[in-house]
Amino acid sequence: MHEDLNWAIGGEAGDGIDSTGKIFAQALSRAGRHVFTSKDFASRIRGGYTAYKVRTSVDRVESVVDRLDILIALTQRTVDENLDELHEGSVIIYDGERTTMQDLEVPDEMIDLNVPLKRLAEDAGGAIMRNVVALGAACEVADFPIENLDESLEKRFKDKGTAIVENNQQAARLGRDYVEENYDHEFEYELETTDNDYVLLNGDEAIGMGAIAAGCRFYAGYPITPATNVMEYLTGRIERYGGAVIQAEDELSAINIALGAARAGARSMTATSGPGIDLMTETFGLIATTETPLVICDVMRSGPSTGMPTKQEQADLNQMLYGGHGEVPRFVVAPTTISECFHKTIEAFNLAEKYQVPVYLASDLALAVTEQTFSPEEFDMDAVEIDRGNLVESDDIEAWQNDQGQFQPHYPTEDGISPRTTPGTSGGAHMTTGLEHDELGRRTEDTDVRIEQVDKRDRKVETAIEREDWSYREFGDPDADTLVISWGSNEGAMREALDFLEDDGISVRFISCSYMYPRADLTEEIESADQVIVVECNAGGQFADLLEHDTLTRVDRINKYNGIRFKADELATDVKDMIAESTEVTA
Amino acid sequence: MSTDIRFTDFKSDKQPTWCPGCGDFGTMNGMMKALANTGNDPDNTFIVAGIGCSGKIGTYMHSYALHGVHGRALPVGVGVKAANPELEVMVAGGDGDGYSIGVGHFIHAVRRNMDMTYVVMDNRIYGLTKGQFSPTSREDFETTTSPEGPQQAPVNPLALALAAGGTFIAQSFSSDAQRHAEIVQKAVEHDGFGFVNVYSPCVTFNDVDTYDYFRDSLVDLGEDDEYDPTDYDQATDVILDSEKEYQGVIYQNEESVSYNESHGLTENMADIPDGAPEDAMDLVREFY
Repeated sequence: MHEDLNWAIGGEAGDGIDSTGKIFAQALSRAGRHVFTSKDFASRIRGGYTAYKVRTSVDRVESVVDRLDILIALTQRTVDENLDELHEGSVIIYDGERTTMQDLEVPDEMIDLNVPLKRLAEDAGGAIMRNVVALGAACEVADFPIENLDESLEKRFKDKGTAIVENNQQAARLGRDYVEENYDHEFEYELETTDNDYVLLNGDEAIGMGAIAAGCRFYAGYPITPATNVMEYLTGRIERYGGAVIQAEDELSAINIALGAARAGARSMTATSGPGIDLMTETFGLIATTETPLVICDVMRSGPSTGMPTKQEQADLNQMLYGGHGEVPRFVVAPTTISECFHKTIEAFNLAEKYQVPVYLASDLALAVTEQTFSPEEFDMDAVEIDRGNLVESDDIEAWQNDQGQFQPHYPTEDGISPRTTPGTSGGAHMTTGLEHDELGRRTEDTDVRIEQVDKRDRKVETAIEREDWSYREFGDPDADTLVISWGSNEGAMREALDFLEDDGISVRFISCSYMYPRADLTEEIESADQVIVVECNAGGQFADLLEHDTLTRVDRINKYNGIRFKADELATDVKDMIAESTEVTA
Repeated sequence: MSTDIRFTDFKSDKQPTWCPGCGDFGTMNGMMKALANTGNDPDNTFIVAGIGCSGKIGTYMHSYALHGVHGRALPVGVGVKAANPELEVMVAGGDGDGYSIGVGHFIHAVRRNMDMTYVVMDNRIYGLTKGQFSPTSREDFETTTSPEGPQQAPVNPLALALAAGGTFIAQSFSSDAQRHAEIVQKAVEHDGFGFVNVYSPCVTFNDVDTYDYFRDSLVDLGEDDEYDPTDYDQATDVILDSEKEYQGVIYQNEESVSYNESHGLTENMADIPDGAPEDAMDLVREFY
């Protein structure tokens, strides 16, 4: 019996793969099981191969693995694409009556479940429900009480009326019954249910939810994979709290609209992916030099140019750290898990306002399109603290005016943080510009003022380094000789890889970084390890370069850039190989 | 909002560096008068400026203001107005800023119909880069980058605005101070996107579209009793008439409903609670 089950449905885009997968994942979550989902999709609306994978366990699951136990195959290609992950005892559910599936050859060691999905769906009220019939069949295979599906079917179809909900529930039962009656096979899977209450959400949703919690009331964006979900989440929700979403005509406009809202005093955000970040970079410098608080979320995908829009990569780090002409301070924060997407978003808004800087929130496709279960307490709204920084009200304005009664928005304070007023605050009227400016915000070419303002802006970063906790998360054995470091979404896979490595008697210390700039000083940690391996989803090792630069120490690198996120078992093997390689060299 | 506001309250203590005689002086004065006449004060006004000679306007005026990047002033204004509808938002730019690099934003700002005013100082030349042709330059206008003229049709900004569903389209002449201020004021009062193209001559680089040229050729629609700015067909005729130059409110849709109104943007989004909103756990429960 397996505690941990890997399930997938695959077919062509337009086959309803996504919603079927989601229904099953939700049913599992509601049944008190942990779920981790992943999607494999192509950049097209219809056709092409697409799959929705669900890994489930009663224990927490943090990543995907290279194994598939139950596969619902709507096309031949679904089986072909997943052959590597299928194993002895894997179950393949398909409709052998479908013309294109009649010749399907299931390898002998696997279990072949030929179920007339379409015919049974028609019996329940319509061929469209064939995926739900397959879900019912899967429930039988996994010994998962079909009643658990009922609620998630209701959630999915309730807007279409009771009859549709009931038909779907019936379709699932026909699938279950068909397998029960026609196959006397003893399946080795059993999905135990628990009383736990979990929520199931993806990284984009967690970012949107975090934004509202943090007081973000304005969002402007332009649709782009895989960031669009942030905008879709906020649309219709942010309004309930007095906010608004504007879909702009392009990314240039989106970031300028967001900038306008931020200047008006709103907590404001935009989200995009690499190609959009390129367009936004023009305005990025303006935001930084005018010291406007803004959160810019980059949900990274595979690049360069339009690259592979539906595939994973973490290759925009250099762009976020260095993008734009001239030198301007910016913060870069990269959530490491879906729940961190929520927490780091809240932090990003506070950092932006406290230090009056643009904050890049670096998420990626792996976080954006995968869903994971959490206890609702992980998103503790009562713990949300809002710090608006040096926001000056009318009563205190005089303290920040010069002797002509002019407000000084760029006053060179000791900590570099200037006063800020929102329009409408009397006595606070001022202009500011992307040109170099004096303490009043007015253009200057005075050499001394130039130096004063550049230093003032840089001083904010020094202040932030002193005042904030730029720590990292640590896992594994703190005394191990091998230190693995990663950033962003690799945390989950690496955490599970630690278990695989431990099974092989290998202990590893693992540091997961979410602050890219400012960042923790890892010199001591790196120097005290025999071997340092930096894991990231890009070809060049952008974070590894940074660490080498920071610590003047060479590090080993594990880079993945085929468009697919790290899998726990695969990563464990990579780490093991790299340790072996280094031992050989030393020996 | 103060009641005894004078237009000079919108003046900063910075002396403009515009060339003596530049049309932008008059354009700016008219904007300040329109703002004061409509009961605004510097603390509730937000001016956004683009790049070029026109872009300097935020420095010479006194209000909340942002001088942004080339061509993107309109989106900034949209964001300001969306986030705080209580503010009076005025965006100023030039013909290069608005009709070349920013033309996409222009069309979309027009059709979005946010309640704001857009004043374009149209001098039909690039002044600050010292005399290259602009999108509104005549086809045969010889400049440093067009020795034989641009040889392409000038952009007709009024026609672009009309085609994009503009609800307030006007044109003025910076030198006709009173009329210009009046027209900008009507744009401010309009519920929606008030667009004013201002003939604002460049005395240094444009020796064709001069004060004399506009003075001689300008037809004031305000003096024509037959002209009805709410009549779309009449407006179309005027806008497409390439033989004459017009000033006045050319088209106004009195049924205009601003974006703010149609999208229920009534709150100042700067005001947020000290922590997450009270019912914020509902956001989490949605994911059960």
